[in-house]
Amino acid sequence: MNGPYYINDYCRICNGTVKVNDKVLYRSHTPDPAAFYTEVYKETAINYPKFYKMDNLCKLGFLASELLLRDKQLNSRYAGDDIGLVLYNASSSLETDKNHQLSIQDRSSYFPSPSVFVYTLANIVIGEICIRNKFYGEGTFFVDEAFDAERMYRYVNLLLYESHVQCCIAGWIEQHGPNYDGILYLIEKTNADPGGIAIFEPQNLTQLYLQRN
Amino acid sequence: MTDVYIVSDNIVSSLGFTTDENMDLLRLGQTGIKQHHDDRISPAPFWASMVNSEILARRFADISDPPRYTYFEQMVIVSLRQAMVQAELDLTTDRTLLILSTTKGNIDVLNPNLAGEKGIERAYLWQTAQLLQYFFGFRLKPMVVSNACISGVLALIIGSRLIRAGEFDHVVIAGADIVSEFVLSGFNSFMSLCTGPCKPFDKERQGLSLGEAAGTIVLSNDKELANKKDKVVVGPGFSSNDANHISGPSRTGEGLYIAIKRTLQQTTQKVDYISAHGTATPYNDEMESIAISRAGLQDVPVNSLKGYWGHTLGAAGVIEAIAAVHSMYGNVLIKTVGYNTMGVTHPINIIDKNRETKINTCLKIASGFGGCNASVLLYKK
Repeated sequence: MNGPYYINDYCRICNGTVKVNDKVLYRSHTPDPAAFYTEVYKETAINYPKFYKMDNLCKLGFLASELLLRDKQLNSRYAGDDIGLVLYNASSSLETDKNHQLSIQDRSSYFPSPSVFVYTLANIVIGEICIRNKFYGEGTFFVDEAFDAERMYRYVNLLLYESHVQCCIAGWIEQHGPNYDGILYLIEKTNADPGGIAIFEPQNLTQLYLQRN
Repeated sequence: MTDVYIVSDNIVSSLGFTTDENMDLLRLGQTGIKQHHDDRISPAPFWASMVNSEILARRFADISDPPRYTYFEQMVIVSLRQAMVQAELDLTTDRTLLILSTTKGNIDVLNPNLAGEKGIERAYLWQTAQLLQYFFGFRLKPMVVSNACISGVLALIIGSRLIRAGEFDHVVIAGADIVSEFVLSGFNSFMSLCTGPCKPFDKERQGLSLGEAAGTIVLSNDKELANKKDKVVVGPGFSSNDANHISGPSRTGEGLYIAIKRTLQQTTQKVDYISAHGTATPYNDEMESIAISRAGLQDVPVNSLKGYWGHTLGAAGVIEAIAAVHSMYGNVLIKTVGYNTMGVTHPINIIDKNRETKINTCLKIASGFGGCNASVLLYKK
């Protein structure tokens, strides 16, 4: 079945606002991403203590995935290895890279830490989401200059059309210093009942990404 | 269905600057892992597989102006250029895509003492890919795959999928990473490095050796471009996740088993040879042996090449796949240097001396931090 596929849900986190399917779940004026993520975690009553160990990139991706998938019962509808994850961002794990670099910059106070170093890989966020949800499927982290709906559409479409992947969580998860910008889409082969958000097409990905929170 | 052919390749590593130089030393069982003294990377001596920087500088000076490019960029450009000259591709069409596979790219520029005038901006992986795009004149924006230690195998899977789906005619895959203080100190903090060259699958193995390398594979749907006597095709391949732990492999090999099983389901061919990840950490090699056994492949000859090149991270999957392809061309199984006594609980058929045999198919596998795994089938056509 070569489409059309459907964006059945999305979660947008930017500008101090968390939105799922056009509905604002939380709004804050806290500029610091780490503090903001903790607020979101508490306000939306997520209970997953591992959250506190994550770096900010993983926190952003984790929160977006939790709120996107809440009550969706994905695991009862799909085998864990039929669920794919395709994520993009611009700065990879650069924020945590800089923290690791600080820990080794001064040879007289050298304290590299495994709990920091492990987060110097952007794809750890995929691992965190898979662990939380028991997803065993395809996972890919791409790095790109900016959100590129066309590229995302083409690769996810190919996965759904050409491989065993039945359902894909795709999106842009960018976190670097004070800047954060996250969106995750739940893309499925059939339209949700009642209807999903939009047909899976580049212009719809873009439109959801660009709307003001 | 469209077949995806391997057209040309190159390896820049401690063992040489061409694939042939590397393959010759692999056949001789020579490791590139040595003890180094380099204060920019470590205050104490360290064991690693390092590219000869003087030769690299000379090779690069033949192509362009060294001071403008970082060490990482020079390595990748030297490798890409050789493979692309061989392939005689027309890069200026919008049917040719460049994929960069790397975990850390220009990570050394985060150190202000090493960054010089190049600046921290150089650490953005998409910028590095863009620099390569402009250097060689690719028309399309490149893709960057950064998936820990499976990046190279995943780039092969993605590249071949894109060609099979008709998105592109040719895909050039460059995989590279450097040995830096950043990475060395990190793996040290995990206590996953060994002293001396690593010993994959061996009873005495104590950890991995780091390495640096750049590898390039040119893929195409054009059979005529694959000008070798034997044409090797990139077949089905899949990635998977353990959903278990971010820094340790699954004890049951679940994720890797899933990726292998998916791959085998897509073929009726029997696997002649497995090119394993084999980092020589206690947990990785054990996990791989379990996954290989669970997939019913315990009798298939398997090697790890980490004892030659160390763990070259984003380059590993690319250069190990190239070695596998050349093993297939030459019909020779390369021994697992560093291996002596079976050190995994699920006995698998480790290649402990070079052997000539017909190799028609190879399964290349990889696993990495984040619980990610990948598997891809290479076969002769």
